[in-house]
Amino acid sequence: MSTIVGREYSTISKIAGPLLFVNAIKGVGYGEVAKITTPDGDERRGQVLEVGENIAVVQVFEGTSGLDVTATSVSFSGETVRLPVSSDMLGRVFDGSGEPIDGGPKIIPEEYLDVHGAPINPYSRDYPRDFIQTGISTVDGMNTLVRGQKLPIFSGSGLPHNTIVAQIARQAKVRGTDEPFTTVFGAMGITADEAQFFKEDFEKQGAFEHVTLFVNLAEDPAIERILTPRIALTAAEFFAHKLGMHVLVILTDMTNYCEALREISAAREEVPGRRGYPGYMYTDLSTIYERAGRTHGSKGSVTQMPILTMPHDDMTHPIPDLTGYITEGQIIVDRGLYRRGLYPPIDVSPSLSRLMKEGIGKERTREDHREVADQLYYAYAEGRGFRDLVAVVGEEALSSRDRMYLRFADTFETKFVSQGLYEDRSIEETLDLGWELLANLPESELKRIDPETIKIYHPRYKGKT
Amino acid sequence: MFKLGKIENVAGPVIVGKDMLGSQMYELVKIGDVGLIGEIIRIEGARATIQVYEETTGIKPGEKIERTGKPLSVDLGPGIIGQTYDGIQRPLPVIKELYGDFIERGINVSALDRKKKWKFIPTQKKNWKVQSGDIIGTVEETSLVKHRILVPPGVVGTILSIVDEGEYTVDDEICIIETTSGKKSAKLAHTWPVRTLRPFKRKIPSDTPLITGQRIIDFLFPIAKGGTAAIPGGFGTGKTVMQHQLAQWADADIIVYVGCGERGNEMAEVLERFPQLKDPRSGESLMARTILIANTSNMPIAAREASVYTGITISEYFRDMGYDVALMADSTSRWAEALREISGRLEEMPGEEGYPAYLASRLAEFYERSGRVDVLGSESKLGSVSVVGAVSPPGSDFSEPVTQNTLRIVKVFWALDKALAERRHFPAISWLTSYSLYFDSLQQWYQKNIAEDWVELRREAMQILQRDEELREIVMLVGPDALSESQRVTLEAARMLKEDFLVQSAVHPIDSYCPLNKSYNMIKIIMRFYRGMLGAIEKGIPLQRVIELPVKDEIARMKIQAPEDFDSFSSEFLQKIDVEFTELTSQIISA
Repeated sequence: MSTIVGREYSTISKIAGPLLFVNAIKGVGYGEVAKITTPDGDERRGQVLEVGENIAVVQVFEGTSGLDVTATSVSFSGETVRLPVSSDMLGRVFDGSGEPIDGGPKIIPEEYLDVHGAPINPYSRDYPRDFIQTGISTVDGMNTLVRGQKLPIFSGSGLPHNTIVAQIARQAKVRGTDEPFTTVFGAMGITADEAQFFKEDFEKQGAFEHVTLFVNLAEDPAIERILTPRIALTAAEFFAHKLGMHVLVILTDMTNYCEALREISAAREEVPGRRGYPGYMYTDLSTIYERAGRTHGSKGSVTQMPILTMPHDDMTHPIPDLTGYITEGQIIVDRGLYRRGLYPPIDVSPSLSRLMKEGIGKERTREDHREVADQLYYAYAEGRGFRDLVAVVGEEALSSRDRMYLRFADTFETKFVSQGLYEDRSIEETLDLGWELLANLPESELKRIDPETIKIYHPRYKGKT
Repeated sequence: MFKLGKIENVAGPVIVGKDMLGSQMYELVKIGDVGLIGEIIRIEGARATIQVYEETTGIKPGEKIERTGKPLSVDLGPGIIGQTYDGIQRPLPVIKELYGDFIERGINVSALDRKKKWKFIPTQKKNWKVQSGDIIGTVEETSLVKHRILVPPGVVGTILSIVDEGEYTVDDEICIIETTSGKKSAKLAHTWPVRTLRPFKRKIPSDTPLITGQRIIDFLFPIAKGGTAAIPGGFGTGKTVMQHQLAQWADADIIVYVGCGERGNEMAEVLERFPQLKDPRSGESLMARTILIANTSNMPIAAREASVYTGITISEYFRDMGYDVALMADSTSRWAEALREISGRLEEMPGEEGYPAYLASRLAEFYERSGRVDVLGSESKLGSVSVVGAVSPPGSDFSEPVTQNTLRIVKVFWALDKALAERRHFPAISWLTSYSLYFDSLQQWYQKNIAEDWVELRREAMQILQRDEELREIVMLVGPDALSESQRVTLEAARMLKEDFLVQSAVHPIDSYCPLNKSYNMIKIIMRFYRGMLGAIEKGIPLQRVIELPVKDEIARMKIQAPEDFDSFSSEFLQKIDVEFTELTSQIISA
C-alpha cells in the first residue's frame, strides 16, 4: 500500500464549504491526513471525513478559499493527525495546528502522538480528590476545583471571564506539595487583543515558562479550530502522563469550536440536531472534555477549565447545555452581579462542582467545609428569594427573619463573593469569612451545621474552650 | 467459515460492506485487519451496513469483513458479579492489565474467566426429568450471590449424566440431557443474544415495593419490584447521585448499573466506593451483588447503543434464577442520541428533533423487558427486573422526545427540579410534578408491614405540600400579611416536611440510608407537631411562640439519629412534643 501514499490526485470533483470531494482515489483510510496543494503552490492540511471506494471527503483545516477543481491537488499521508511532542514545548507559543509562532526553534519531537487520543479505561481512572486552591472564595469555598476535574466557566460576551481565568491560572496550587502546575492554553477564535492580554498577564507574573499556548485567532481559519483543542490536550497529556506533571488546560472559547463543528456539519448536509448543531455534538465534545483526569498508572493529571460564552446568556443553548452534561460542574459568570460592579461576578447558586464532596473536608481543606458551604448556600438562596418579594410588596411586609436573610444575601455578595484581582485567599480565610457572615444569623438557624462544629468554629466560641 | 466481504465506504462509526450476501440482520462481524467488532444494521442485496463498536480511524475501503454467523451475544455464567464491562461485555480490568490505561482497538477478550474453577454443587440426579429453567446445581459466586445454574431455555428432557460436586471451569460439560431432538449438554455458562428477550412463563403484577432507603421515594413515590421509573433532570440536578443511591441501597438481590455515555470519573467513583460500602442487610461488600457496565461518553457510540441491551440481558439472566434484579441506566438520553447518530449516518428520515421515528418503539421494547415474572422451570419461582432510567433532557425541557416517550411507558416519574437543586435541596425530586402509579397496589404491603396509618399519613403530607404551593402563590401576589394564622401553620408544616424529611444527604453516613420504619416515625413526629401547632393557634397562642419551641430544632436533627434505636427515640420524642405544647399553653393562659 505504501506506494500509493504520497501520490497526488488532481481529481477534485466538488468543493463545498470547508470540504473537498476527491475522486478516483485508492487506499485512503478514514481519518487520514491529507496535504492539499493550492493553485499558487501553497500547502494546506486536511483530514478524511468519509471514504468510499472511489471518493474521499476531505475537510481542509485552513479553509477552502482559493482552491479550485482543476489546479488544486491532494495527496494522502497514510497517517492520522499526529502532533510531534517534546518537553521543549513547555513555555512556547504555537498556532492552532501546532506550528511554533514565537520565533523560536522548531520542536525536535520525542514522540508523535495521535491528536485524538484514546479513551481512558474507566477502570484505570483514579478518582480526583486533590484540592486545588485558586484563591477565589466562590470557587474554593463553594465550588471546589480538584486535580483531574473538568470545570467549565459559563460566561457571556463582555463579561470578565478572561480576567477570572488568568487569576486562577496565576494562583492555582495544590497545598502541601511543591508540585507545580503547568498551564496549557488552547485558544479558539479569540481576538488578537484577548491573546495579547493572556500573554502579557502570564509574562507579568513571570509564569511564562509554565504556560504553553496554542492560539487560533479569530482571523485564522475556522476549521482549524476543530484541531486546536485536541492539539492542546495532546500536549497536555504528554506533559501529564509521560512527564508526570500536573497540567491545567484552559480552552477558550468553546463556543467558537462548536460553531466550526456546525459549519462542517452543514457543509456535509447532515441532518441537524437542535439549533442546527450536529446530533453528535455531545459525543464530539465529550472526546475533548473526557480527556481530563488521572489514572492509576500516571503521576500527573490533566485538569480542564474550558471557557464558553453562552449565546444570549442562555444556559439552555445547546453549547452550555451539552457541556454541562459532560463536565463535572460549572462556574457561572453572571451579568447581574457584574453590572453591580462586583468582581469576580460568579453566581454561586447555579454553579456547581460535582467533585467537591470528595475534595474537601478533614485533611483536604477543613472539616467544617461541607457544612459551611451548605449553610451559606441555603442562607444566600433564602435571602435572594426575598428580593423578588420585596420588589412586589416592599420590605416592610417581611418578617424580621426574612429581613435578616435579605441582609445576609447582600453582605454575602459584597464580602464573600467580591474580592480583589490580586487577592489570593487561602481556604482558611475563605471559610472563616463564611463563618463571620453566618455569625450574623441566630445559631438556631444554622441547621445544616452540626452543633459540635459550631462549638469549634463559630466566632462566638472560637478560641474559647 | 463464511465468505469474506469487503469494505466499500467508511464514515465514522458506520461502514458499508459489499459481497455480504447471506448475512443476517444484527449479525456480528469483524472488520479490517485489526478486527474491529461491528454489527449489521441494514441489508440491501449483497451490501450490508455495519455499525462499528470501535474507532474506525485508518480503516480503508477494500479491507476484509469477516462474518461470524452469530448475533451480538453475552456470556452468562459465574464470574459476572463484581465485574466491570464495557458496552459489549469486554471486562475493563482485563483490558487494563493487557493494554494499559487507555483503550486500544481490536481488543478481543473473553467476558468470563475461562480458567477459573468454580465449586459446583449439583441438585439434580441421573434420569430425573428437567425442563428449561430448572436448577441443575449451584455455584457460590460471591458471599451474597448463589449462582444457580439453569437448564438453558428451549431444553426439555431427561438427565443422562451429571457431574459430581467439584471444581469446574465455565467451559466444562457438567450435564447431558436427552431431549427429543437429541443430546444437549449444559455448561456452567452459556451465551444469549442481547436483542432477544429471555423467555418466562408469565408476568405477574407486583405488590412489593423496591425499598430504596430514600425517604421521598419510599414514602411519596415508591417503585414496585419489577417496576419501571424515569428520573429526568437537567445537568446538576442529581440524576447520577440518585442512581448511585439506588444502586447502593435498593433491596434487590442483584444490581446492574449501566453507565451509558456518561462521565468516566463517575464510574471511577462507583468502582472506588462500592467495594468499601456495606450492604445494609447483609453487611457484605456491595460489589458482591453489583455488575457495572461502563461505556463513557468518549467511548465508541455504537457500543453505547449496545450497552443497555447487554445490561438488560444480564438482568434477565439473574431474574431467571429467581432473583430480584434492579437495573439503573444512566443515561437513556445518551443511548437515544446514539440511535440518532447512527440513524443520521444511515440517512434515515428523521422524526422529532432528528431522532429516528423508531425511538418510541425502541424505548418501549427496552422498558418492557422489566417486570415481575413467573420464571421458567418445573417449580414456580418469582423473579423480577426493575428498571430505573435517567433521562437528560436538553435545556431541562421535559417536552423533548426522549422524556415524553419515556413517560408514556414508565409508571414512576421522579422529576428533578432545577430550582430545588440550586437551593441545594437534595434529592431535588419535585413533590408537585412527580408521581407513582404503583402506590395503590403497594398500599396493602405498607399497611401490613409498616403501619396501618402509612397511607393516611402520606395523603396528609401530600395535602400540606399542595396547600403550601397555593399559599406561596398568594404570598407572591399580595405579601405574607394576607395569610391567616392557620395558613401560616400550613407553610410552617410544609417547611418542616421539606427541610426535615424530604431533604436527605447522600453523603452523611447515617442519613444516606433511611429504613422504612425510621421514615414512618419521622413523619409521625412532624405530623404530631403539625397538629400541636393547629391546636395551639386555636387556643389563641401566637404562632411565633410555637415556632420557638426547643423541640422544633430537635426535629430538624432527627434525620441523623441512628435508625437502630429510632423506635424508642421516637416514642420519647412524641411525648416531648406533647409536654412542650401543654407547658406553652398553660404559660400563655396563666399569663
